[in-house]
Amino acid sequence: MLGIASTELALAYLLSIGAAVLCLVYGIVKYNDSGPLTEELRAEEKEINAKL
Amino acid sequence: MTEKIIWAVIYFAIVIYLGWKGYKETKVASDYMLAGRQVHPFIMSMSYGSTFISTSAIIGFGGAAAMWGFPLLWLTFFNIFFGIFLAFVFCGKRTRRMGSALDAHTFPELLGRRFQSRFIQGFSGAVIFLFMPVYAAAVLIGVARLLEVNLGISYNVAVFIFTAITALYVITGGMKAVMYTDAFQACLMFVIMAIFIFWTYSVLGGFTSAHQALTDLALNPAATGAIKGHPMLKGWNGWTQGLDFGTPTWLIVYTTIVYGVGIGVLAQPQLAVRFMTVKSDRELNRGVMYGGPFLLFMTGVAFVVGALSNVVFFKIPDQTGKVLGQVAFIGGDKNIDKIIPAYITNYFPEWFATFFLLAMFAAAMSTLSGQFHAAGTSLGRDVYEKGLGARVANVLTINRVAALVAVILSMGCAFILPESIIAKATAFFFGLCSATFLPMFILGLTWKAMTKAAAIASMLGGFAVSFFLLMFLHTPVSKPLGICKAMFGVDSLLVGSAPGSTSFNMQFLDPNIVAMPVAFIIAWLVSLASARFEDSHIKHCWRHMGG
Repeated sequence: MLGIASTELALAYLLSIGAAVLCLVYGIVKYNDSGPLTEELRAEEKEINAKL
Repeated sequence: MTEKIIWAVIYFAIVIYLGWKGYKETKVASDYMLAGRQVHPFIMSMSYGSTFISTSAIIGFGGAAAMWGFPLLWLTFFNIFFGIFLAFVFCGKRTRRMGSALDAHTFPELLGRRFQSRFIQGFSGAVIFLFMPVYAAAVLIGVARLLEVNLGISYNVAVFIFTAITALYVITGGMKAVMYTDAFQACLMFVIMAIFIFWTYSVLGGFTSAHQALTDLALNPAATGAIKGHPMLKGWNGWTQGLDFGTPTWLIVYTTIVYGVGIGVLAQPQLAVRFMTVKSDRELNRGVMYGGPFLLFMTGVAFVVGALSNVVFFKIPDQTGKVLGQVAFIGGDKNIDKIIPAYITNYFPEWFATFFLLAMFAAAMSTLSGQFHAAGTSLGRDVYEKGLGARVANVLTINRVAALVAVILSMGCAFILPESIIAKATAFFFGLCSATFLPMFILGLTWKAMTKAAAIASMLGGFAVSFFLLMFLHTPVSKPLGICKAMFGVDSLLVGSAPGSTSFNMQFLDPNIVAMPVAFIIAWLVSLASARFEDSHIKHCWRHMGG
């Protein structure tokens, strides 16, 4: 496959590219996901912003 | 030569400017240690990637790929999947959230506060401070040799100049300076590696025909005759074929390089601390998008080009029109570290050789700056301020002095250690960190029932087992370090075994295959038998986790 003699190493080649594509797609899909913002964290942020 | 010196001066001027910018923006301790927790995702992920990838990963491991071929691509897959995807998505987010909940400023501080233990913070800091200079020296030795060969500077002067420039911006500008310079250096590395792979595939007729030519070359006795029977090729069947299971070559490639480095990256303090430099998960999500392709263009390109260089050396005329007609190992004077430099010199124009050299400076400098910073904050914050409980009037000053001590220690190691130590010192530090920190770190982020006693036992147990195996049984590391020889008169306790026997082969097994599982088991068993943390502490640790 792809001129690579062993299937195992062709898999390593494709998985390397696939893993990079996975990272790219994940980043695009989750581009604006800021994660869980708990009530406590919101309150802390408010407090910091008020101080600033 | 003049052209190289001019471009080198321009490169160093840009680095110094970015370092100065970091210094101007560094006002308080959290700026110095965590870049104010407000770093842009592109800068964060490029900094992570370039700190991860040093000159030895490209030149050393690229040369190893020229020798062994595509089996090293498993490391590229591990680097991207474990080192970026799982590291950012699984560990990174939890590290950031818990780090912010506990107001941790360093990796040891995160561990210390999670387990309410000054001892854990102090011991972790001491391990990093004492052993990081060995790893930093390995990077320094590699780049100083490059400076020596390419710019005609003596080795000792090269070590001093390179250390002085890097130390200047690390000590003064802290994490902000480190990350700004890292991002610039990563961009340079990315462009050069992209040109590197494009040229190599182009000259060999594209992906499939290039790989096929490499596959065919392994069947050509005129090509492989000169390397057949080499001790480093026992169990090798061709550059695009798998290695024979259980042979010393298989053990080195799959247990030390693929598993040891591929998994070990998760517990590297200088990388884990970067997760705490961003303000939300959004920056980590975006960082994954930049980091994955960056790693593919670093180790992926180095390993593919390294392997394909065999076909180029054998078939393609060099710049003088001469066809070498030999494989890369012979073209590189039978020295793995010289293969990539010889490939560049023989087949690429002068301008590319100049920029490749700058990219290697960038790779070394970005890794080194992260190492100096991590070792410095470990000494200043974790060992001195927290571990020993010293009263510190000016946190910034004490961390700057500590970074200077780490720099001097690293430079001292670079003068003492032999050149052949580069890959071994890297494996040594990765192994030690994995066994000592990884179980406590992963379980601390995910398992609420993990106890303080379990964390301490796992840390000490992992460290002790890993240290013993590295010093007395794992010949590739125990031999250059020489402690086993000094105590027992042999390079390792397994070196006298009959060649081919299981005990003989075990000396090539990576110590972490044993040490890390042992540390995980210790953590689990001791957790079952010791007192848990109060709910209030667990709630405090998990308060930013959500869900």
